[in-house]
Amino acid sequence: MADVNILEKDLEHKTNYDGHHDDHHGDKYQSSFIDRYIFSQDHKTIAKQFLITGMIWAIIGAAMSIIFRLQLGFPGADMSWLQPLLGGWIQIDPVTGVGKLDPEFYYALVTMHGTIIVFFVLTAGLSGTFSNLLIPLQCGARDMASPMLNMLSYWFFFLAGAVLFISLFLNTGPFSGGWTGYPPLSGLPQASDGSKAGATLWILSLVFFVVSVLLGGINYITTVINMRTKGMHMFRMPLTIWAFLVTAILALLSFPVLASGFFMLTFDRVLGTSFFLNEIFVAGEALTTRVGGSAILFQHLFWFLGHPEVYIIILPSMGLVSEVLSVQCRKPIFGYKAMVFSILAIGLLSFLVWAHHMYMTGMNPFIANIFVIFTLIIAVPSAVKVFNWIATIWGGNVRLNSACLFSIGFVSMFISGGLTGVHLGNAAIDIQQHDTYFVVAHFHIVMGVAAFFGMFAGIYHWFPRMYGRFMNETLGKIHFWGTLVGAYMIFGPMHYLGMAGVPRRYYSFEGFESFNQFADLNEFITIAAILTFFCQILFVINFFYSIYKGRKQTELNPWGASTIEWTAPINAGHGNWEGDIPHVHRWPYDYGRHGRDFIPQTEPLSEGEVDGGH
Amino acid sequence: MEMVVTSKKIRRIHPKKFALWTAMISMVMLFSAFTSAYIVQKASGDWLSFPIVNEFFLSTGVILSSSIVLHVAYKAFLDKNYKLYQILLTIGFGLGCLFVSLQYVGWLSLNQMGIFVYTNQSSSFFVLLVGIHALHVLGGISALLISWIYAMRKNTLEWSEKGQLRLELTFTYWHFVDLLWLYLLAFLWIQQ
Repeated sequence: MADVNILEKDLEHKTNYDGHHDDHHGDKYQSSFIDRYIFSQDHKTIAKQFLITGMIWAIIGAAMSIIFRLQLGFPGADMSWLQPLLGGWIQIDPVTGVGKLDPEFYYALVTMHGTIIVFFVLTAGLSGTFSNLLIPLQCGARDMASPMLNMLSYWFFFLAGAVLFISLFLNTGPFSGGWTGYPPLSGLPQASDGSKAGATLWILSLVFFVVSVLLGGINYITTVINMRTKGMHMFRMPLTIWAFLVTAILALLSFPVLASGFFMLTFDRVLGTSFFLNEIFVAGEALTTRVGGSAILFQHLFWFLGHPEVYIIILPSMGLVSEVLSVQCRKPIFGYKAMVFSILAIGLLSFLVWAHHMYMTGMNPFIANIFVIFTLIIAVPSAVKVFNWIATIWGGNVRLNSACLFSIGFVSMFISGGLTGVHLGNAAIDIQQHDTYFVVAHFHIVMGVAAFFGMFAGIYHWFPRMYGRFMNETLGKIHFWGTLVGAYMIFGPMHYLGMAGVPRRYYSFEGFESFNQFADLNEFITIAAILTFFCQILFVINFFYSIYKGRKQTELNPWGASTIEWTAPINAGHGNWEGDIPHVHRWPYDYGRHGRDFIPQTEPLSEGEVDGGH
Repeated sequence: MEMVVTSKKIRRIHPKKFALWTAMISMVMLFSAFTSAYIVQKASGDWLSFPIVNEFFLSTGVILSSSIVLHVAYKAFLDKNYKLYQILLTIGFGLGCLFVSLQYVGWLSLNQMGIFVYTNQSSSFFVLLVGIHALHVLGGISALLISWIYAMRKNTLEWSEKGQLRLELTFTYWHFVDLLWLYLLAFLWIQQ
């Protein structure tokens, strides 16, 4: 209501098509430093804000994993050298002087690592960045439907991050009940140290995060549905836009359910209700007034978000990879409509499988069967997509640059992680493998590493669109090979550990003869994790160096892409195009047709020519 | 085949209205999560039934009439009958505030019957549904307040495209929270 701005009339459709827009550079929203770089309403700036904030969180989240990997790989080692960073969380033995990681803090690290990577990096940092950057540019809009809400979306994300960051410095430590936040650890302040103020701030942070996602999602959907340029039919949209659209719809439908769980959790924590609590003993004392609730109810509410959430993470990567592969292999995407319908099918099915995270909660095996069936059906659209990516690469003029390598790496990771998903989706096999390192390996590969690969492909590919410069290719390739090999070295052996029954979330295996025999393997994984972490630092250096010193973009369309984001000027101002918004006349994947390298979407169909993709 | 839709002039919904509808869908998801949880928990037993006190039926009448009043106010605004518009908007705003107060009074009288938020799952859910709905109504009241301030100022009272859009957004949301309350009341009444 209040977010009226000077772009408003340009955003109206009647003027959007035919009106004249002479000057969109240096509009009043970019008049001061604060409006331009901090409280910016330009979707391109907001995209960069999401990206850089996400990168900072990624470094923090990854560094946390290195600390707990050190504990797992070298359980007896002296960690007193970490005391300057971690302070009281390193317990120093007064006699021997050997420093140990506080077990309570180990759980806090695992919890924070999960929360940060899943929500802050792979949700906000990934779809926040690329939805913001590409939806207006590839659909042909001057900005989002509501630039104001878009700005608020970023700042709610920032607030969520600030609250979580503060919780790291609490005396009782940050929340330590796992990223899933199951009660009673999240519902009862007396349950553990991390359940005190840490859990309160964790819930508050995620409520802000839900607000951010919803504000962003509303904008993305509205912009895609209502503000496409003339001629941009739904089936002329690049697959990136399809992926972002379905992602935003999933977020809009699933995040409110998570919020409902958090509201009830807050009631339990603050008002003394018992939504999720029943028959609880804390330190030998029975909590007789907290009866009647069910912790399983929270799991249902959580995973009703939680499962769509993994598609919220992976779908944008799938979209980015489809686009990058097609452009860099100089071939039309194979089976465009099949790709669209498989995105839609994955989106629909993602709401019907949440209980496959809960096979071991004592649910009725017949109900489990239904979830097994739906879970395994997801393999069908996923396999369609994998087949189409491979068919797109097949016989293409592949340019093996960093963006393309990471896209191919994505396909590799997605296959490896997807296959183990077929194992875990079976309720019977899950009896053996649930809560083991097999699960850890599965989800890290399929939604962690794969999503990161899609994000890297997107960053290398659209870096010129963001900063008018290129990233360094040599460093990019080192980054790719280091990460690919490193990720398989970390998560490959974990499958074996999981098969052998090694449970996840344990602080130490020294007391268990059957698990302690894998100490060497754990050491190997830790070393691989450290090496992979340093490859990511290389990427961060490359990123920031290239913003200022990278090779300058000289031509408007450096990759020879047919989509319209490359028709806007280099370092375009607020409003994207100086003159009229280009009109679209054909589908986005006309590569190598009619004897031409590529035909831009803006070129009208010639007499008798049939539009592709139908 | 080339699709032929480009030449037709399509009347499209304003992006901001569309955004509001998507936001309302997410609110529907929130309340369906609450009510599904309600059904699940009720089935597990240990459930205390208590009557819905009269205040809540009274408040239902109040919010229903506020919707009608605001709809007439909208018509008056379109007819450029600004005096009537100002009066009706004020009444509608007042009725909105009365609704929230009545919800609170209703809760107080439940307290007198010995029903508190922590008494039983049923009372916890009751507070959850009524309370979170009241928060959504407060959002609507804030939006009404903004419209009311515009209506009281001479220079923003006149019809404009922007003013009409603002009213349509505000009133659509208001009718939505009204319908949401009808749903919640019917739900609680059936589950009683």
